[in-house]
Amino acid sequence: MTDERNRHLLGRSLPVAGVGALILVLAAFPLVFTNPTATNFGIITLVFVTVASAWNLFSGFSGYLSLGHAVFYGTGAYFLVVAAKDWNLNGSAVFWLLPLAGAVAALIAVPLGLVALRVRRHTFVVITIAFFFIAQLSASNLSVTGGSSGALAPIPNWASATYNNPFYYVALLLAAATVVLSVLVRRSRFGLQLRAIRDDEDRAAGLGVRTMPVKLTALVLSAFITGMAGALWVYFIGQAVPQFVFDPLFDLAVVLMAFFGGLGTIAGPVLGALVLEPTQLYLNLQETNGYTSEILFGALFLAVILFLPRGVLPTAAEYASSEWARKLALRVRSRRGRTDPADGEGSAAAPVGSEAAGTTR
Amino acid sequence: MASEISQAIAAGILGGCVYALMAAGLTLIFGVLDIINVAQGILVVLGAYLSYVLSVHLHLDLLLGLFITVPAMFVIGVAIYWLFIRPLRGAERTSMTLLACFAVGLIIEGVLYREFGSNYVSLTTWYTTATVHIFDFYLADIYLIGFGLAVVAIGVLYLILYRTTFGRAVRATMQNQVAARLIGIDVNRVSALTFGIGTAVTAIGGMVYGAISGGFTPNSGYDLISRLLAIVILAGMGSIGGALVAAVFMTTVEAVVDIWQPDWSVAVFYLAMVIILTFRPTGLFGRRAARAQ
Repeated sequence: MTDERNRHLLGRSLPVAGVGALILVLAAFPLVFTNPTATNFGIITLVFVTVASAWNLFSGFSGYLSLGHAVFYGTGAYFLVVAAKDWNLNGSAVFWLLPLAGAVAALIAVPLGLVALRVRRHTFVVITIAFFFIAQLSASNLSVTGGSSGALAPIPNWASATYNNPFYYVALLLAAATVVLSVLVRRSRFGLQLRAIRDDEDRAAGLGVRTMPVKLTALVLSAFITGMAGALWVYFIGQAVPQFVFDPLFDLAVVLMAFFGGLGTIAGPVLGALVLEPTQLYLNLQETNGYTSEILFGALFLAVILFLPRGVLPTAAEYASSEWARKLALRVRSRRGRTDPADGEGSAAAPVGSEAAGTTR
Repeated sequence: MASEISQAIAAGILGGCVYALMAAGLTLIFGVLDIINVAQGILVVLGAYLSYVLSVHLHLDLLLGLFITVPAMFVIGVAIYWLFIRPLRGAERTSMTLLACFAVGLIIEGVLYREFGSNYVSLTTWYTTATVHIFDFYLADIYLIGFGLAVVAIGVLYLILYRTTFGRAVRATMQNQVAARLIGIDVNRVSALTFGIGTAVTAIGGMVYGAISGGFTPNSGYDLISRLLAIVILAGMGSIGGALVAAVFMTTVEAVVDIWQPDWSVAVFYLAMVIILTFRPTGLFGRRAARAQ
């Protein structure tokens, strides 16, 4: 089947070339656009690429939607601020705190997961919301976080022209590592178990998947990355204030990014973050009142859920493959000079097969 | 001290009934539709703002205003269901509808910010400032009025659910949607009306909340929804009687803790919830979890 092989070649080489080009573009971005506003956008967007991919690693793969990832993000952020102050760290040394911040967030995720992952899937969503509010409340009331007035991150004394660059490349590294990790998880036995849980948890358990450890591992992994991203973000922003560190819009934004691109896919959350975060940052620059972006955000979310419930990428892939299969069937038919019903059936089945093998669920 | 505590308990019980009413709407919607309406908090705030507009601009009495705001919220609820919830189907429906509700809530919050800004407003009239003397402490009249309203509204809910044909259809849909459809119940209509009723109670809840909370902004929805969710989870999703008990219990404990630890009293809600869920994942009065979906 040369067609089959062609499709595989196309399916393999196209993403690789695309990813290579994307990485080149992203690596060259701060060298081409030296304007601090542009690199600001770049850093925040890369942070969201990381967080959306990390969220997807747990929620997209397992089907347990978390609306409480801000807990991990904020924990990482506060850890960095407090640790840098206590240990008198500044400059690039602060970046070494990122893994530690991730570890603290992962540590928080263990008891949280042990409680929250026992319940049904929709109750889980609600519990993650509740954990989010507990975290926000604690940040406003504990003395270690500086209360509601917040705490300051150290300010590195880097040259102002290239001030953003270290942040940018660390963010790029983090984002790339997260995507690679997602691919590895997806291809592993562990990733298969996660998706089995998503499709039918009882059946997965019946087939011998130890669901609790699998879910918990995914949550902890996701929390670890989210904590690192939060720490990087706060170091760049320079200040940790409870209502911005623990922001309900953050949770929704991350979920929207994953849904927009395609829940449970690798490229979906990346695409979602690359499209939506700059848009939101731009809107915030244009309209400083706050409510315009809120309304637009909600409207966009509704539009995605109602009209593209599976996300842009899976929908596009399905459309493309069905289009491709139709053309192929036509060509085969015209070459044979007759219509064979069995052949028509075979090519109609092709997109279904490619869907199962491809990125969609 | 003793009078402080007894006053806190009285306020907790009376206020708890108002929370119970709002939570009843939430849990009713969940029971019938399997939808967690996370917009319930902001809908309460919307109800409060509707009362505010009527009383400030039209000089309508708060209680009389309910005759306008309750139907208005009912219509809003039906509209939300028809436009954004009904089209969602498929295996991930519960999660998707939750996100849709979140998005609707966000839009409502944005619109409220646009119209009313972020300043605190509160509902005031003669019975929010006048007090009654009970035993050895004073309570604002509105607490008693709110309590009365909540009791009447919950009573009406019960009558609708257990004494009417529509109520029987609602309960049938709660028990088994497919079977309900098979015996000729128009599940879509029942769902829309249930969503409307669950939303309509927020008009009453919002009016009382706006009067006893001492001020609200569009942002108050988050505080409300987190309490309401804690109540319905503690009670067990879908149990209206349980919501009543849980709401009264939680607000009373919160009011008492508030005397010593005003900053942390809200945490009581979540702590109780976490502890209960650790030992009883379906909540206090919840049905056994159906096959995980």
